[in-house]
Amino acid sequence: MTALRPDELVAWEEDRPAATDAGSAKPRRFEFLYFAVRNKKLLLGLSIVVLFVLFAVFGPLFVQHPMLNYYVPFRPPSSSFWFGTNYFGQDVFSEFVSGLRESLLVGLLGGCGATLIGMTLGFISGYMGGLIDEALNVLCNIFLTMPVLVLLILVAGFLHHTSSLVEAILIACTTWTWSMRAIRAQTFSLVSRDFVGLARLSGEKSRQIIMREIAPNMSSYLLLVFILSFGGAILTAASLDYLGLGPSNGMSLGIMMQQASDWNSLQLHLWWWFVPPGAAITCIVGGLYLANVGLDEVFNPKLREL
Amino acid sequence: MGLTVDHLQVCYRTLRGDVKAVDDVTFGIEDGEIMGLAGESGCGKSTLGNSLVRMDVRMRQLGGRVELDGKELPISNERAMRDFRFKEVSIVPQYAMSALNPTRRVGRMVAELLKSRGFDYKSALPELERRVKLVGLDADILKRYPIELSGGMKQRVVMVISTLLNPSLLIADEITSALDVSTQRAVGEMLLEFRDRNFVRTTMVITHDLSILAQVADTILVMYAGKLAEKAKADVVINNPLHPYTQALISSLPDVGMRHDEHTLVGIPGRPPPLLNPPAGCRFRDRCPFAFDRCANPPPFVEVTPGHSVACWLHSGGASPAGGDEPC
Amino acid sequence: MLKIDNVTKVFKTGTFGGGSVPAVRGASFEILPGEVTSLIGESGSGKSTLGKMILRLTPVTSGTITFEGTDIAGLKGKRLREYYRHVQGVFQDPFSSYNPVYRADRVFATIKHSYFPSVGSDEWHERVETALKSVGLNPGDVLNKFTHQLSGGQLQRILIARALLLEIKILVADEIISMIDASTRVDVLNLLSNLKARGLGVLFITHDLSLGNYISERTIILRRGAVVEMGATQKVFDNPQHEYTRMLLTAVPQLHKKWEAGPEHDLDATGVILQDQRRGRPGRYSRSSLHPLAGLHSRKGRRAQQAAAEREAAEGADRTDTYLRTHEEIAPLVEVEKDHFVAIPTGTG
Repeated sequence: MTALRPDELVAWEEDRPAATDAGSAKPRRFEFLYFAVRNKKLLLGLSIVVLFVLFAVFGPLFVQHPMLNYYVPFRPPSSSFWFGTNYFGQDVFSEFVSGLRESLLVGLLGGCGATLIGMTLGFISGYMGGLIDEALNVLCNIFLTMPVLVLLILVAGFLHHTSSLVEAILIACTTWTWSMRAIRAQTFSLVSRDFVGLARLSGEKSRQIIMREIAPNMSSYLLLVFILSFGGAILTAASLDYLGLGPSNGMSLGIMMQQASDWNSLQLHLWWWFVPPGAAITCIVGGLYLANVGLDEVFNPKLREL
Repeated sequence: MGLTVDHLQVCYRTLRGDVKAVDDVTFGIEDGEIMGLAGESGCGKSTLGNSLVRMDVRMRQLGGRVELDGKELPISNERAMRDFRFKEVSIVPQYAMSALNPTRRVGRMVAELLKSRGFDYKSALPELERRVKLVGLDADILKRYPIELSGGMKQRVVMVISTLLNPSLLIADEITSALDVSTQRAVGEMLLEFRDRNFVRTTMVITHDLSILAQVADTILVMYAGKLAEKAKADVVINNPLHPYTQALISSLPDVGMRHDEHTLVGIPGRPPPLLNPPAGCRFRDRCPFAFDRCANPPPFVEVTPGHSVACWLHSGGASPAGGDEPC
Repeated sequence: MLKIDNVTKVFKTGTFGGGSVPAVRGASFEILPGEVTSLIGESGSGKSTLGKMILRLTPVTSGTITFEGTDIAGLKGKRLREYYRHVQGVFQDPFSSYNPVYRADRVFATIKHSYFPSVGSDEWHERVETALKSVGLNPGDVLNKFTHQLSGGQLQRILIARALLLEIKILVADEIISMIDASTRVDVLNLLSNLKARGLGVLFITHDLSLGNYISERTIILRRGAVVEMGATQKVFDNPQHEYTRMLLTAVPQLHKKWEAGPEHDLDATGVILQDQRRGRPGRYSRSSLHPLAGLHSRKGRRAQQAAAEREAAEGADRTDTYLRTHEEIAPLVEVEKDHFVAIPTGTG
């Protein structure tokens, strides 16, 4: 006879308070899947993102006209040029596919990097506490208030050409702050739980405790943090590219928008040049955030309705 | 007058089906009575208490009727209950100390609460101050933030606020469980005081701690696995319990003065049945030392002596078990 | 065996640790093998902090804790692990003591990994089963289950079994039954009492006097971090000398006895008492219980009481608890009868 799970007994298991935070009382995995496939926000958001990823992966197979060739300029979308041609006569569709891949890659790398840095610093700060925590907090504050733009301008000035990788690294190094804060807060609340004390009494070392006791409890939270970092990185990269601080070679959605704006596509009514990249960025980031909200509902029983 | 609960059934909707936390419960509380609702975790007492005030999103009323002072309490209708809450029915929740909004001064919180019910704070202020002083706090507590108050002070403030509009029914849900012994006594005596001064007409004290009920309650209602087990006057339940569960429970509680080597207490083996698919028949059957064949049918909750009701075949006109007497 | 000698613990509060709150002040006592020692106190008395200090989960600010002659403050690494072979703890919330991501019996796997790496898995399995049986659990019921599938009582007993596997000498039980159902509490209590027979020393931390009385040989009463009374349980309960102990005994709700009219039965940290209209007693401060000289009825004591009450009235209600913690004299323990010590202030007011 199995008793009900703690989060099902929530309001009426009088002997203990309800488990509330998203990472703690973890039901069986099928439970998450059950709710996951029924959550509209998650499904919608995820489908949008997956659509674009598939587009990026299989897009090159459909590119008919190589990006660097020049054709008749100013052509609106037609059957031969699906997204038309731009000011210079390049095929917007192939630019778009290429740009989408770059943007997604930079977003992924930057997001991963930011999450990893945030995780490391957040765990250390939350677990150790005391002086180390204060010091890391100061570091975090410095990075928070640091103007990323100025930094990038300086970097761009020093390096002859920046690549997507450099951009991703820069994004990772400057946007880790909020994820560190979030993870630190969760770690604080978990460290005070008795099972961490028991782990210490069992002779587990600090590193083991963080990896095996604390992190698994926060796995849903970490996933949410990653998704948000990914979305944020795409947005940041697009903004940087638009300002001209992006990779000096290659194409990305932001660079497309930059070129489109530099070459007066609005005034010239070349809507097919700036609408696809803009819409793509909006949809991907919006989809990610929507999926995030949905995931939050999946993980947190209190936000769900049956 | 008072509270009448008639065949109430409340369940929780979960993935695996309905958990019948309150399964066909019938009882009444008179005006001026303090009834203790006792039981262990998972027996449904908190659900019962909470359903009378505010049904959680996951709760559903499957049947039954609740009447307060002759009028029906529309417990499953959230909108309709708003008119009753705080005015006629009030609750002092578990962890009341966290019930105070930390960003508001106490007085401001009370003002907002009163305003939402259509009362004016200024006109209620003299009475509020009088009651605050009555429980031994200073009137300037209304100007403080909750973080400046100690646990016992917060508990008392919450109790004063909950009873400000003189509700007919007050439900106190585990209000002493997180408190120190001295504060427990203060809070217990406050409940008595409120009843004596007519601030509250009927009180339902929900707790697992029978010794607090022995001090404070007039009658005790014992619940087990979603059903009622026994109801009688407090001293009768404690000194002369009839239901085997109550008997076993009372004999497993150490009182001051009992020593292990002199008198080893015994707990009840096993665990309460899951309420998702409760067993047919008496729910205590698997753990009951006196179970016999008749227990395969659920025993009715009947009055066996005036003022004393039990749900047990040993006492309610069934065939007695082979082998004669059972200790009562 | 385990000696706590004039231990004080001060917590830093505020940003960069500007303020400080003494949680434990000058506590001294011993835990002996084959005995259950209860550490009784209300919330904020420092009893849990003492338990954590003994378990090396928080450092001592001053004073020493020695285990079999060795100061535990200096233990690190391997020697600390050795210490944990002899001293273990069980905490209040059974559901919080287990990592919900893993199965409950992982607690055995972690100690095997740390302490018994060379033991074969069959032999280990046997040892685990023996330990589980010795705490009254059926191995088939509890092995391979997740935390949410087990009850509070079972979980606490698994933790005790885990401690027994390590062959400990001292068990620190911090409010271990307060979150278990009443009907199973007494089984865990009986188990603790039976551990004595194995030669274990048990430190039973609780706020509930009746439980302390039920299983312990020795009792220590803590208030605001300082020991106010201690000694053989019978003597402390039958003949309480300190006013605080008396207050606790009258305030405990009992099944068969109503609350007695006691003078200072209803305090909280600010010492504000319930207005007793029936007896017409006014009173914002209950002087005799607040003041460290509580319990003394000599003339000198009364004068000192009054002086202190006036001082407190001047300070204001809010700071009473912190004020007392930092300024109250730590009264020395005086042996009032054999094996019964009471903290009696030296009367300097």
